[in-house]
Amino acid sequence: MGRLFDFMLPDNKSPLTADSTDGLFHFINEVSLIFLVGITIALIYFAIKYKRKSEDDKTPVITHNNTLEITWSVIPLLIVMVVFGWGYSGWLNLKAVPNDAYEIQATGYKWNWNFNYENGAQTLNELHVPKGRPIKVVMQSRDVLHSFFIPDYRVKHDVVPGRYTYVWFQAEETGESVIFCTEYCGTSHSDMLAKVIVHEPDEFEQWLELNGGGIQGTPVEQGEQLVSLQGCQTCHSIDGSPKIGPTFKGIWEREQQLTDGSTVVVDENYIRESILYPGNKVVAGYQNVMSPYEGRLSDDEITNIIEYLKTIN
Amino acid sequence: MAITEAKKMTTLQVKRFKPSENPTNTFLTDEKGVWAWMTTVDHKKIGIMYLVAVAFFFALAGFLAIALRTELWTPAKTFIEADTYNQLFTLHGAMMVFFVLVPSIPAALGNFILPMQLGAKDVAFPRLNLASLYIYVAGAIFTFAALASGGFDTGWTFYTPYSSDSNAAGVIWVTLGVFILGFSSILTGTNFITTIHKLRAPGITWDRLPLNIWALYATSIIQVLATPVLAITILLLSFENIMDIGIFDPALGGDPVLFQHFFWFYSHPAVYIMIVPGFGIISEVISTFSKKTVFGYWAIALSSLAIAFIGFLVWGHHMFTSGQSAVATTVFSFLTFLVGIPTGIKIFNWIATLYRGSIDMKTPMLYVFIFLFLFSIGGFTGIMLGALSVDIHLHDTYYVVAHFHYVMMGGTLIALLAGLHYWWPKMTGKMYNEKLAQISAVLIFIGFNMTFLPQFIMGAQGMPRRYYNYIDQFTPFHQTSTIGSYILGVAFLIILYYLVKSLYSGEKAPSNPWNSRGLEWQSTSPPDFHNFDHTPVVINGPYDYHKPMEEFQLGLAVSHNGHDAEHASADVNKTEEKA
Repeated sequence: MGRLFDFMLPDNKSPLTADSTDGLFHFINEVSLIFLVGITIALIYFAIKYKRKSEDDKTPVITHNNTLEITWSVIPLLIVMVVFGWGYSGWLNLKAVPNDAYEIQATGYKWNWNFNYENGAQTLNELHVPKGRPIKVVMQSRDVLHSFFIPDYRVKHDVVPGRYTYVWFQAEETGESVIFCTEYCGTSHSDMLAKVIVHEPDEFEQWLELNGGGIQGTPVEQGEQLVSLQGCQTCHSIDGSPKIGPTFKGIWEREQQLTDGSTVVVDENYIRESILYPGNKVVAGYQNVMSPYEGRLSDDEITNIIEYLKTIN
Repeated sequence: MAITEAKKMTTLQVKRFKPSENPTNTFLTDEKGVWAWMTTVDHKKIGIMYLVAVAFFFALAGFLAIALRTELWTPAKTFIEADTYNQLFTLHGAMMVFFVLVPSIPAALGNFILPMQLGAKDVAFPRLNLASLYIYVAGAIFTFAALASGGFDTGWTFYTPYSSDSNAAGVIWVTLGVFILGFSSILTGTNFITTIHKLRAPGITWDRLPLNIWALYATSIIQVLATPVLAITILLLSFENIMDIGIFDPALGGDPVLFQHFFWFYSHPAVYIMIVPGFGIISEVISTFSKKTVFGYWAIALSSLAIAFIGFLVWGHHMFTSGQSAVATTVFSFLTFLVGIPTGIKIFNWIATLYRGSIDMKTPMLYVFIFLFLFSIGGFTGIMLGALSVDIHLHDTYYVVAHFHYVMMGGTLIALLAGLHYWWPKMTGKMYNEKLAQISAVLIFIGFNMTFLPQFIMGAQGMPRRYYNYIDQFTPFHQTSTIGSYILGVAFLIILYYLVKSLYSGEKAPSNPWNSRGLEWQSTSPPDFHNFDHTPVVINGPYDYHKPMEEFQLGLAVSHNGHDAEHASADVNKTEEKA
């Protein structure tokens, strides 16, 4: 069943969303190739056959031909109308989520994807889904525009601050597929990757069970889980190396110089302020690119994070 | 007064004016010196200054492209940081669009050629013309000010809310630069529309208008109608950034998708501002080097206007994944396919023009052939992106990057090169080295396809655009593309070399080296300060190669030359239309 342009597309791992797209992709490519070959042959043939022989060459006066004009207007028009209808129906299918779809909440922010499940399970940059079941991902953004793109499933939608958007798909084989952010969002836009991990249905239930119930343990343990789920380490290392933001290593009671020249000693209040309003006191040598966490973490969660940060030395 | 004179003119006395092959007085010998150039109102000098400015920005933005491609040689860091990379691609895009593509053909070549093809002494508002050049320079200064104040990394599209969050000073400076630049574009458009309506030489009726003029006419209409929307959008963006008025930023209660609507309402028609003038050049060159009447004159002329019109109604096809309403998405997709039809009509008519022609593969014609091939690919891939379901997969990937480079570079820039080589002898009075020109054209063809064909493949496989790092599987495509860009760079250096060399040691150009029937060729090379030292009279279509050359060299027997005669020729014009 190989088609000429198969090499251009990634594997189709969600036939319910990808089949129509792929069919149309191949159709347009093949028709275009026929036209392009025709045009190219005509160009080369005319260039050789009607090559100028002398400066006095006489050419016939052919001003126009209405039959030809109508032919090469109407035939392409009919073809593009087919393309329109085909693309439209495929797109309607991408918009129409099956009723029994399993819902997962996704949040995009600079520069991570956070996924939340019905039983409180949370993951960072890993979307776990069961095989053979339609999945609806409901998405929101905390800061700027992002776009959620899974090439293997041929689905994509912008993630817009202030509104919910969604995609759906149904993975038909276990394994992994890459998720890209495709709306430019700053420094680490190209690192805002995640992956879909497709499980057998019972395996998925086990995984969900295991990770459900939310965050537990001592305050330090909870803080550590929060830091990892929020993806703080995308920008803040714990080994002392500078990344987009200052390192967490030895942060507690460190004296920090700020961009305005003043200094501050890192204590509970500074950490709290920097999480809620990152732009207020920016460490010298860094730019503020962090999304504010105001209204997104509870006071208890912030306290737990502070407890965890105290332990990184 | 005018009427009595008009009646006399119905028995107009014309005689043949054969252009001198050894002109002593040309626009280059008149008004010499830096100050004279800076204050000139001569459309030819202004056109040349535009050409130099556009070439400067093209070199700069092209150099950035080479730097970007070099960085993409490896999946991780090659030699610059992510933030630098993000600034460079933004600058590359913004400069190529606003400083190169938009003004390239109309303001540079159009300024030089349009009055000559109309047999006019200048554009209708020569001082406005000079003002537009200075406004362009002011826009450029603002852009450099943006760089000095920390740069900007928003992408050339300035999408909110990212553009409100990132380095505000840089974004404000550059958007104001673009705002100012817009006025330059509007003034050029206004000038051209008026000139085409009012300053046509006796006998140039609307059905004898060169197709280049039709194309510039359609372009000017878009420039005048669409650019103000960009200006308003940028003002709103600045209000938001400076005064925190919530328009586009959801944090202030605004709507980011609204910005995209506003932005593309200008920026999609702007695509036609860039490409339609290229269509004009193709029509001129293909007719001259086939020595043949253009096939389907009206089909080509009116399809330019159709594109200009429908082009206003398709902006939403940039937003299929954005969250705009489903009805809007459907309608925009439908209309997008309609705009493809007039474009297809043009291509078929050009190919039909070649049929039974006398085809001379000189450099400009070689570029036309390259254009027809590359632009066709650009068109077909545009159909692909117009198809709703497929666009969902391809949107914001390298497929889109490849598509618009095939249209903008394979289309507009190749057409510009065709026009530049075609009119170079007229503009400078010198011939360039034909052999080097042919070699570089072939190199451009090879380099271009090597750069951008792999981008279609990796884009369809999922490679997103504006990526500093990428996953390993795309490495071979990126490396092929990078090598292609180096070939392109070399080809452009060769072009720069032989064009500059021709100015110093090029063979002297005859007045009409290609034996064209176009009116602009019936002047000396380079042209007289007033373009013609007579008032040209036109009795044939611009592509009537079956008629003898003498009939294309007519002018009023009684000289109306001199500054006062402008009124006289305007009257003559009216009578011709009434008679």
